[in-house]
Amino acid sequence: MLQAIAFYVFAFVTMASGAMVVVSRNPIYSVLFLILAFFNAAALFLLIGAEFIAMILVIVYVGAVAVLFLFVVMMLDINIAKLRAGFFKYLPIGALIGLVLLAEILFALGVFGSGSATISALDSAGAHVGTVENTRAIGRVLYTQYFYLFQAAGVVLLVAMIGAIVLTLRRRPGVRRQRISEQLFRPKEEAITIVKVPTRGGVS
Amino acid sequence: MTIGLGHYLFVAAVLFTFGVLGIFLNRKNVIIILMCVELMLLAVNINLVAFSAFQGNVIGQVFAMLVLTVAAAEAAIGLAILVVYFRNRGTVEVEDINAMKG
Repeated sequence: MLQAIAFYVFAFVTMASGAMVVVSRNPIYSVLFLILAFFNAAALFLLIGAEFIAMILVIVYVGAVAVLFLFVVMMLDINIAKLRAGFFKYLPIGALIGLVLLAEILFALGVFGSGSATISALDSAGAHVGTVENTRAIGRVLYTQYFYLFQAAGVVLLVAMIGAIVLTLRRRPGVRRQRISEQLFRPKEEAITIVKVPTRGGVS
Repeated sequence: MTIGLGHYLFVAAVLFTFGVLGIFLNRKNVIIILMCVELMLLAVNINLVAFSAFQGNVIGQVFAMLVLTVAAAEAAIGLAILVVYFRNRGTVEVEDINAMKG
């Protein structure tokens, strides 16, 4: 019973903050509601027994992605009122498409529920909490059966990191910065000159 | 009353619909569109984890983790492109982004 109450609270807050992301006037509020939605989704994952994904959700989404969004929203000087124009222009068509999509998804859920692999059959099994704890179970699968997939995920992150750095790097003119490779590759002939100093002549 | 798979699927469906709706309503602000994409990916993750938990199969959670990885990479690249675009053009309105005449 307590679990049901917790589920309804977290699910309601998740959906409400998802709606607020869409309709709030200020992009900063949108990001904050996005963070709230991520937290509550993590709580939903905890309720279902997926602790590892819940913690990863908090760390990756709230700790990295949402803060990145917040940073960019605050850094860019955006005219909010101008960006909001057209919201009500697109409201009818957007609401229509959203309603159709939601109805279709729920219809698909209903059809799926009445099929052979029914939702109720899965329900009767209940949320499966195995004898092994969740993190250990994921690790056992991830580092053996899906090891290459794991490596591919690492490559994706590496490419994203390099791409983001390359995209945002810029060389400003008029800024003196150290060029280490040029310093290291300077030949000896450029670096030093040997001058024969005649006796009593001095260096002119 | 027990919470079943259908409850989780309903939450995911509603979240996904809000994501799509946000893309339609905020036609001008690229940042909110990116946030709505994140919302849709979160809905997909809820679906994956819910099915995984109710089937007693941990592979869905592994897949959810990969979706999370791709979402983080997408956010990083998208925001980097946005910052560069804003630096060059001084605006992030979708309707002004037509340099490629797509």
